[in-house]
Amino acid sequence: MLHIENLHVSIGGKPILAGINLDVKAGEVHAIMGPNGSGKSTLAQVMAGREGYTITAGSVRFLDQDLLALEPEQRARAGVFLAFQYPLEIPGVANVQLLRTALNSVRLQRGEHELDAMDFLDSVKDKLALLGMDESFLYRAVNEGFSGGEKKRNEILQMAVLEPRLAILDETDSGLDIDALKTVANGVNALKSPERAIILVTHYQRLLNYIVPDQVHVLAGGRIVRSGDASLALELEDRGYGWLIPEAQEETRP
Amino acid sequence: MSNAEVSRPDERNPELRNRIADEYRWGFVTDIEQETVAKGLSEDVIRLISAKKNEPEFMLDWRLQAYRHWLTLREPTWSSVHHPPIDYQAIHYYAAPKTRTQPKDLSEVDPELLRTYEKLGIPLQEREALAGVAVDAVFDSVSVATTFKDKLEGLGIIFCSFSEAVQKHPELVRQYLGSVVPYTDNYFATLNSAVFTDGSFVYVPKGVRCPMELSTYFRINAKNSGQFERTLIIADEGATVSYLEGCTAPMRDENQLHAAVVELVALKDARIKYSTVQNWYPGDREGRGGIYNFVTKRGDCRGDRSHISWTQVETGSAITWKYPSCILRGDDSVGEFYSVALTNHHQQADTGTKMIHIGRNSRSTIVSKGISAGFGSNAYRGLVKVLPTAANARNHTQCDSLLMSDHCAAHTFPYIEVKNPGATVEHEATTSRIGDDQLFYLRSRGLSEEDAVNLIVNGFCKEVFKELPMEFAVEAQKLLAVSLEGAIG
Repeated sequence: MLHIENLHVSIGGKPILAGINLDVKAGEVHAIMGPNGSGKSTLAQVMAGREGYTITAGSVRFLDQDLLALEPEQRARAGVFLAFQYPLEIPGVANVQLLRTALNSVRLQRGEHELDAMDFLDSVKDKLALLGMDESFLYRAVNEGFSGGEKKRNEILQMAVLEPRLAILDETDSGLDIDALKTVANGVNALKSPERAIILVTHYQRLLNYIVPDQVHVLAGGRIVRSGDASLALELEDRGYGWLIPEAQEETRP
Repeated sequence: MSNAEVSRPDERNPELRNRIADEYRWGFVTDIEQETVAKGLSEDVIRLISAKKNEPEFMLDWRLQAYRHWLTLREPTWSSVHHPPIDYQAIHYYAAPKTRTQPKDLSEVDPELLRTYEKLGIPLQEREALAGVAVDAVFDSVSVATTFKDKLEGLGIIFCSFSEAVQKHPELVRQYLGSVVPYTDNYFATLNSAVFTDGSFVYVPKGVRCPMELSTYFRINAKNSGQFERTLIIADEGATVSYLEGCTAPMRDENQLHAAVVELVALKDARIKYSTVQNWYPGDREGRGGIYNFVTKRGDCRGDRSHISWTQVETGSAITWKYPSCILRGDDSVGEFYSVALTNHHQQADTGTKMIHIGRNSRSTIVSKGISAGFGSNAYRGLVKVLPTAANARNHTQCDSLLMSDHCAAHTFPYIEVKNPGATVEHEATTSRIGDDQLFYLRSRGLSEEDAVNLIVNGFCKEVFKELPMEFAVEAQKLLAVSLEGAIG
């Protein structure tokens, strides 16, 4: 589904990603871990089409399309979803309004008819329940005055509504207490499907107690320095990242 | 709330009716007389205007007093707008013969204008009329309007053109004209007092709640009076009325200067709601052309517990200069001002309000949303004045600016004068730039950049839009979208 090959990315001339290779198949859950500044969030943002990054080499194929050639909205309509680490507030815009507008733009792309307000409400109710959210969430302004946990749940609600093929969750666990973490994880688990791939970008292993990945990749110095199964995450929990980083530096040496 | 019958989409274009009425008029009346009125302003021209309208003596006297006073005034320079000098002697002040060449069909009309009509969802047959195409359209609007007029008359509500009011209800005109905006008020209001040709008149009798939104559209025998328009609305004790002015379709007019006056009078326990959508021609992308809109709007909360509410959405005109205000004379009276002003390209807006607290426990609310894009300049200018008599007066002002480009400007000029120690006056102001982060967030959810901008802007304006009658609010959102095309990037 997603094929990243030798991806090099820099910001303002400073290299951040230095040759990422990654294959993600439909139905798989991948975790990308790594210390601060390793390029995890950059990778997530580049996948979603954020401006300000320069792709200096490499390619990204998504469902047989050149992902990097698409505008952010085209990527979303093609089935890419990024759950933001810091979701933005949109004052005065009701959550329900954004959700329906977004869903309809995606539906149009899929050749489906647009949903009117009533049909949309019917379809969104189960999804609210999935995340333990009250219907009143729909009528609050997007993320305005939301607690950290509410913002993260709201991201997963958007994912549930848009039903993407590839969901990238950028530090969705950060700032969550244990109950909120469980709720969010349950929501994500409920959205697992043979058709859908999920990439979890995270600093800590604890999210992976609740969402078990098929593969774990460690990002350091802009490269994937180690890949393994879920047990790799546990090893990292015990040993930290330090033991992998010298290895990364050796590998990047010419 | 908006009345279902009133909100039929083909009934929303007052200018359309005016234009059609115009064609009709030009078709059946020889206009030799009109041609005898030359450009320029003099006492003779004013006497002629008054005579043509068959006005009573008091009207002529009032006009002449205004004119003589106007001669002593100079154009104000205190606002933030800039424009080349206006040659007041180069203007036709009475029924200037229209020299516009009519397009034969839509293929001769500016494609840009047609595209805008399409975006606003204006029905095809109306597009032709709006663009000035000579059409044989037969609208059944006259009969609809007559039905409404009968209903209003049954309740004793007077709703007619200003000229008609002068003929049929001179005592009301004499009593109230200039009682809120005196002819000495300001340069443009004084000019209007001397030369105004028509406008609307509304009187709602004691205890009557007007059952429908009154709109310029239903003004019978309306003449094209956009340039120097005069509106007078009186709500007698306990009466309620909601009035809509303007429409969202872009209006072209070869008269560059517009100087309208609107006076509202609310007696004891009366309530007036006045909503405006202004979309006069703003000029082109380089700032050439466009209407200069110098408007004086004021409401007098004359009786206790009276309530006047102004809501405006200003997206048109090259220059907008207007300060719809409330004089809160009655005890427990309430004044409100809700405004969205958008300037794109080279448009300039200097707009706001004045809330003059005189009565005890008088309250006022000001919500102003300024949006600047392109090279637009947008100023909020507002005065909150609490006189010594206004014990326990309260005001809350919220004044927000949204910047959409690197070249636009937003200014806020709040003036606060409080002479009563028991008053509570609050002022909040914010300025924000439309954020790349916000745009990316929305685009990553599948919204086009244009839709993302519209969503953010509509959210920004929400507090004002919710004050508009429902039908108007929907149109206003579309209008903002069209006005902001290409504002980002």
